[in-house]
Amino acid sequence: MDLLRIATAGSVDDGKSTLIGRLLYETGSLKEDQLEHIEKKSASNGLDHLDFSLATDGLLTEREQGITIDVSHLYFKTKKRRFIIADSPGHIEYTRNMVTGTSNSDTTLLLLDARKGVIEQTKRHFYITQLLGIKKIIFAINKMDLVAYAQKTFDQIKEDIAQLIRSQNTKGLTVFYIPLSALKGDNLLLKSTKMRWYTGKTLFDVIENISVNEPPSKENVLQVQTVIRPKLDAYHDYRGFAGKVKSGSFSVGDAIEIFPSGTKTKIKSIEQYGINQEQVNQGENATLLLEDEVNISRGDSLFTPSHSIEATKTINAKVCWMQDKALQVENKYLLQFGSKKSLAKVAAVDERIDISGGGSENTAALELNDIGIASFQLAHTIQSIPYQKNKNLGSFIIIDIQTNNTAGVGFIE
Amino acid sequence: MNILKQLEEEAIYIIREVVGQFNKPALLFSGGKDSIVLLHLCYKAFLPARIPFPLVHIDTGHNFPETLTLRDKLIKQYNVKLHVGLVQDSIDQGKVAEEKGHFASRNSLQTATLLETISNLKLDACMGGARRDEEKARAKERVFSVRDDFGQWNEKLQRPELFDHLNGAIHPGENIRAFPISNWTELDVWEYIRQEKLEIPTIYYAHKRAVFKREGQFMPVTKFHQIDPDQIEVQSVRFRTVGDMSCTAAVLSEAEELDVIIEEIRTSTYSERGARMDDKRSEGAMEERKKIGYF
Repeated sequence: MDLLRIATAGSVDDGKSTLIGRLLYETGSLKEDQLEHIEKKSASNGLDHLDFSLATDGLLTEREQGITIDVSHLYFKTKKRRFIIADSPGHIEYTRNMVTGTSNSDTTLLLLDARKGVIEQTKRHFYITQLLGIKKIIFAINKMDLVAYAQKTFDQIKEDIAQLIRSQNTKGLTVFYIPLSALKGDNLLLKSTKMRWYTGKTLFDVIENISVNEPPSKENVLQVQTVIRPKLDAYHDYRGFAGKVKSGSFSVGDAIEIFPSGTKTKIKSIEQYGINQEQVNQGENATLLLEDEVNISRGDSLFTPSHSIEATKTINAKVCWMQDKALQVENKYLLQFGSKKSLAKVAAVDERIDISGGGSENTAALELNDIGIASFQLAHTIQSIPYQKNKNLGSFIIIDIQTNNTAGVGFIE
Repeated sequence: MNILKQLEEEAIYIIREVVGQFNKPALLFSGGKDSIVLLHLCYKAFLPARIPFPLVHIDTGHNFPETLTLRDKLIKQYNVKLHVGLVQDSIDQGKVAEEKGHFASRNSLQTATLLETISNLKLDACMGGARRDEEKARAKERVFSVRDDFGQWNEKLQRPELFDHLNGAIHPGENIRAFPISNWTELDVWEYIRQEKLEIPTIYYAHKRAVFKREGQFMPVTKFHQIDPDQIEVQSVRFRTVGDMSCTAAVLSEAEELDVIIEEIRTSTYSERGARMDDKRSEGAMEERKKIGYF
């Protein structure tokens, strides 16, 4: 059995929470006590049906206002697969939440209201999926019950989406279009009897079978998180460089280089939690022991030299800004690339991208929820590779040095 | 990679980030199954070295004795240091007052002791075994959750968490709570216990116990409850979560072996925290406790 991480996106009132509540319900993930709670609450709110959005709207403030204000993580499974849903809210001001949810997902479930079709929000959400390099998108045309399950409406929306996709530079993208009603349960688990004209898959069919395996990246990089030095006699000379294989793989005997020192050495042995391994692969943690005594600390990388990786103190990146205080030229921030950090100055803000229209305009600052292009001058040399070339190495977060908050995210160009 | 392996890799990455980014981390250890799993993950993360931080146990004084026995055994086995914060001390010093009445529990009193312990030990990061599938407010929790000087959680000021870049930057006086097993489900925890052959308190297995019924749930008979002797009955029960004795209900069960328990949980129609009276107090009971500094 494998695990699929799904991010959701959609506007306010597109019925996202209802859809997810329904998914939990249909897969038997809502337990009796949770269901009883939903039944009671729905009845006391004067509804004649179960309000499944109550299953996901976790915070008191949300339940008071009937909206979702933060990324929520939900877990369910079918016989075939396990799922984690990052439910990101749909408000314009919460674009940052969608970027956040999508950054840890394999696929995006993008909701549209059949009555409204493609709106500005849809374009923004689609743009974000492409910024993050999502290759599989499920467009769920919800609330079909409110348009009399009309094929014409669905076909029109489908064509509008196809046009939106064509208008952008998308490579290797697979999309699914599903007409459904989360409220009534049409085309979720079972094929809708009201939309016999639809011959495609149900939502469950799609998410159970969608393949998201991408081939491992070519670059071999392990970033050191901590150096293990047991203070025990038996391990007097032991120095284990522990971290995650962010990209590629490593085998015993491999010739590697240390960044930033440039020292060259070989891998003597590889351990995983005290057990020797011949090879470790992308996504796994490993402790590497090296042939030579070298000076390595947290944030350094062990890697195989590659043409795609550049050692540099300047980077150009697409930035999604996530805090109220704007990103401005000359401002200083802390950039964090996994376990590596460096102070940086904003050298230039090149443009703000109109993510619903596709154009761009010159600007000197990026405001909350803006996406634009900026260049940074770093205090330390880092290893740089474009995000679109390697999703595991090409991103970073921008930390406000006054508040320590995560102020934005960057995707190296 | 199978799912359990994926979750293990994710958890150990987070544990190593905590040690890499903070000066004085600690593991909040309750003695329950989740914190035992977390302890084991911490052990694996630094092999062949010892776990490079202490455990902190906030002792309500209402613990199941079986939990304390195993706690002390594990401390020796994993060779770690333990700090105990006693809720009784906070009560004796007049910092908190014991709740009164039928439903009195020390669960919410733990917060004061926890915050004081964090401050005394000058901890800047506390790892806990909370999982997002447990409860609705927890579903919104971050992996690194910043707490202010007063230990407060502000759900509106949570930092966005992108990819694997965990932002642990804090101001003096602040600390973070880190949750390495955020993405694990209850069943994952049980399957990991089976896979790694971990010892858990015996009360997780079915046993005969004097219980009484309260709001449809079987509560253990303890000296902390005021119980009418007529209400007491002996049943074969096990505990699905292990918290404070005064607020943890048992479930009827004959499952004496791990495989049987796992099968029972797989097919259970009730949620895990359905047996926690502390969550049932109000609609947002967990959220409200989190805001003032609860785990």
